[in-house]
Amino acid sequence: MAILDILLFPDLALKQASETVTDFDEEFQKFVADLDETRLHAPGCVGIAAPQVGRFQRVALVDVSANPKHKNNGYLVLVNPEIIEWEGYKKGREGCLSVPDYTGNVMRATSIVVEAQDAKGTLQRYECEGFEARAVQHEIDHLDGLLFLDRLVSRRNDLFERKNYKK
Amino acid sequence: MLTLVGEDRAGIVAKLTHALYEGGCNLGEASMMRLGGNFTMMLMVGFSGKVKALKEVVNPVSESLGLHLHVDEIKAALHTHLDPDVRISVYGADRPGIVSEVTGALAESGLHILDLESDVGGSVESPIYIMHIEGHAAEGVGSLRAALSLMKDRGIETSLEEIDTLLG
Repeated sequence: MAILDILLFPDLALKQASETVTDFDEEFQKFVADLDETRLHAPGCVGIAAPQVGRFQRVALVDVSANPKHKNNGYLVLVNPEIIEWEGYKKGREGCLSVPDYTGNVMRATSIVVEAQDAKGTLQRYECEGFEARAVQHEIDHLDGLLFLDRLVSRRNDLFERKNYKK
Repeated sequence: MLTLVGEDRAGIVAKLTHALYEGGCNLGEASMMRLGGNFTMMLMVGFSGKVKALKEVVNPVSESLGLHLHVDEIKAALHTHLDPDVRISVYGADRPGIVSEVTGALAESGLHILDLESDVGGSVESPIYIMHIEGHAAEGVGSLRAALSLMKDRGIETSLEEIDTLLG
């Protein structure tokens, strides 16, 4: 096990699209374990993507279960993930291991269905909502060379969340 | 910290920041906005010289733009952001005292304000006051919600949303 070095923007390597994973060999299993150890090394970090450690393959890890108020599917290993359904939009605050000392508001779908292979290459399907859905979208963006900086919306001038109109 | 205020017109930011750049300044965090027909700027400026020298850099352009200039030497550093964990929105029929009442109750309940912006909208005859606050709830959001619940009887609508920052 090893903690890997995180690429930091403005390193433009983060802006490239990553390649499909084809080999689910022992070396790949070890990499996934190292990637999660790297995620766990950062306090409060709920997701990480392979390109953040300079490996440009379509692998993202998400685990929002540390905070029980977030509905979750536990520890997700998302290899070659595809979001196949989206629903709803909500603004939320995001930060990124690759962009220290800055957080910003980003619109994300509130519920998604994602299909991905697991670490062994078996196809899985997950339904994600809320914070977990946000984390999955943030990490999959990394695989396409997108940072949350590419999706910022203003911090200002928002009035009430829609749910509050239903009082 | 540079503070500049003056009658709004197009081109202020471009002219001022050009002068700062030419004068050897590096800009950091800044807040700039039009308030009631004035343009207001507060800028963190990195500059190796003395305050007097900085004023000499800015004065020609600020005077030509009709901006009041104020310079404070401050102890400051970049990369010291505090993350807000709560966002509070407030609105109501405008009257004196809204900000004082709301922020007073919130301060007593442990709110540390990191960002506040407010505006007056509505019609001239019946203005409405709108305010957004982001801050850190040192004593949790429960006490803030309790403080805000008392505002409705004073004609002030409020909402509180926790900011659950995703780190990924």
